[in-house]
Amino acid sequence: MLQQFKLAFRNLNRNRRRSILSGLAISLGLALILLIAAITRGEMVGSIAKTIQLSSGHIQIRSSEYIEGKSSLKWSDLVADPQSIINTLEGSSPLNDLIQVATPRLNASAVVSSGNDSIGVQLLGVDPSSTANQPFVEGITAGSFLNQDDGNGIVIGQLLADKLQINTGDSLNLLVNTSNGDVSEQKFTVRGLYTTRTPSYDESTILMTLDKVQTITSTQDHATSIFILLNNREDADMVASAISGAGYEVLTWKDMNQLLLDTEELANSFMIIIYLIVLAITATVIVNTLIMSVFERTREIGILAAVGMKGRQILGLFLAEASILAVGGIAFGLALGWLVCQYFAKFGFAIGDMGINGEMLLGDRIYAILTGGDTLYLTILAFIVTMIASLYPAILAARLEPVDALHGK
Amino acid sequence: MIVANVENVVRTFHVGETETKALRGISLSIESGEFTALVGPSGSGKTTLLQLLGCLDLPTEGVVTINGKDITRMSRNQRADLRKNNLGFIFQFFALIPTLTAYENIELPLLLKGVGPAERKERVQYLLNAVDLTDHANHRPDQMSGGQQQRVAAARALSTNPALILADEPTANLDTANGQQVMEIMANLNKETGVTFVFATHDPRVFKYAKRVITMRDGQIVEPNGNGNGTNNKKK
Repeated sequence: MLQQFKLAFRNLNRNRRRSILSGLAISLGLALILLIAAITRGEMVGSIAKTIQLSSGHIQIRSSEYIEGKSSLKWSDLVADPQSIINTLEGSSPLNDLIQVATPRLNASAVVSSGNDSIGVQLLGVDPSSTANQPFVEGITAGSFLNQDDGNGIVIGQLLADKLQINTGDSLNLLVNTSNGDVSEQKFTVRGLYTTRTPSYDESTILMTLDKVQTITSTQDHATSIFILLNNREDADMVASAISGAGYEVLTWKDMNQLLLDTEELANSFMIIIYLIVLAITATVIVNTLIMSVFERTREIGILAAVGMKGRQILGLFLAEASILAVGGIAFGLALGWLVCQYFAKFGFAIGDMGINGEMLLGDRIYAILTGGDTLYLTILAFIVTMIASLYPAILAARLEPVDALHGK
Repeated sequence: MIVANVENVVRTFHVGETETKALRGISLSIESGEFTALVGPSGSGKTTLLQLLGCLDLPTEGVVTINGKDITRMSRNQRADLRKNNLGFIFQFFALIPTLTAYENIELPLLLKGVGPAERKERVQYLLNAVDLTDHANHRPDQMSGGQQQRVAAARALSTNPALILADEPTANLDTANGQQVMEIMANLNKETGVTFVFATHDPRVFKYAKRVITMRDGQIVEPNGNGNGTNNKKK
């Protein structure tokens, strides 16, 4: 066995440039699939993180009548006196330790107009002092965030401001649906602009104090939901099952982002096809190299057979060559893939506005996430595909008739 | 003792629709210790006969036995084992593995046979000395002359103490001096170790080394027992 590897190594060394190029094909193939895996994972992890941060939270408490996506303001569809529920949660010591923040939020549909432009938006009423607003507070690009007492101020996404060609200090007219089906209209002053780096969200969401949204929508002390962030999202099921009460339902981030989780699962299955396509292209290079090698060394294979080498030993020799190419190529491919993934983990991969809206939020950059599991899985896959590909030329060599091989046929 | 026996062997090759009979019903016995030349013009069937004796090919008809074993009834692997344990080869084109040194080329059949390291080393050094190439042990084939390469090939053929060594035109690619040296080494080894040699040649200068000369023409043996001087051994 050792002797076979020694011979295999020398054979590869004989045509060093060709061997290096073949190994490089494996390296590039592996680096590419590592990058694809890291970007896919980064996209999914990033999307889930964004959706949790901006939209679903880890847990939401809603009215049991609530209908997803309708932004209904009927009192029966809303949570009454959310603060008392929050107080109960905060008073319960095991839950309070697990909950990072719980805050009421009220969503309403609105139309914003400035000059001749009118755009449909979502109005989000928030408690300005809540730490759940961190993504907006940290994303302020101009002006400032909302103030508790500011009944006339709004904060809008930078992209929406660009669309409406307005800036901080400018006024906007808002037409808002109310709980009794009327429409309320009022002028507001833009206090600040924010970016969450999620284009679809930033160009359609306007923030206002919860009190003010409750006032203009005539919902009094009602909220669409209680938005809860946990210290650890794995506790979501446990916390959700501990919260119960008549008239409302408790949903975890998994319940609310089923589409996203299904998409992730589908993407993972689909990616296997992409990996295999990339590796198949790599494998053709290996097959080509080894077939060339078999043809060049036909007479030599004949000599090996003449001195008593059996077919399976000749097969082993070519497989040894393929495995050296694979191991060398994979080692360099891992280093290359890791470096490229590190770059995209740090600087991200700009995708701009993908136009995806609704349940699934996507940032404008994807940050690559290369996991140990993906690396191991893809490394083994690359090795197996290379070895399977090399079987054909190896069998070709092993099946040569000694007498024909000696005559170079 | 008979090392190799050939009975009524026919070997036919098909190239496209053309059928060529390379051997037309040959019978022959090689006894242990022989130093035999197969002579005849190109196309007379010398190489084909050597390939059958070497278990590299199978006859279309007839029986070939090596050490009493019928090779036509053997599997590919059994024939490979027979080559490994009982046969040695020297080819016209030197036929060394280019990536291995002289030492390693001689060692290769011993490795395949599973001979232990100490015995291997002793055997390879003995053979390198026998073919006068101790100084070239670490040279690769491309660092040696044709004559040196053919001597390494002879040493390799002898490494496993085979019953029969088959040499196909061993001097064809060598100049006179080197050709003579290779033939003398082969003749000495035959004399000293008793190993059986059968070599194909059409070089008259080589005939004189042979104890027995088998003359072939058109796939048949026309003189089974010559002595290299144009006379028949049996008539003596």
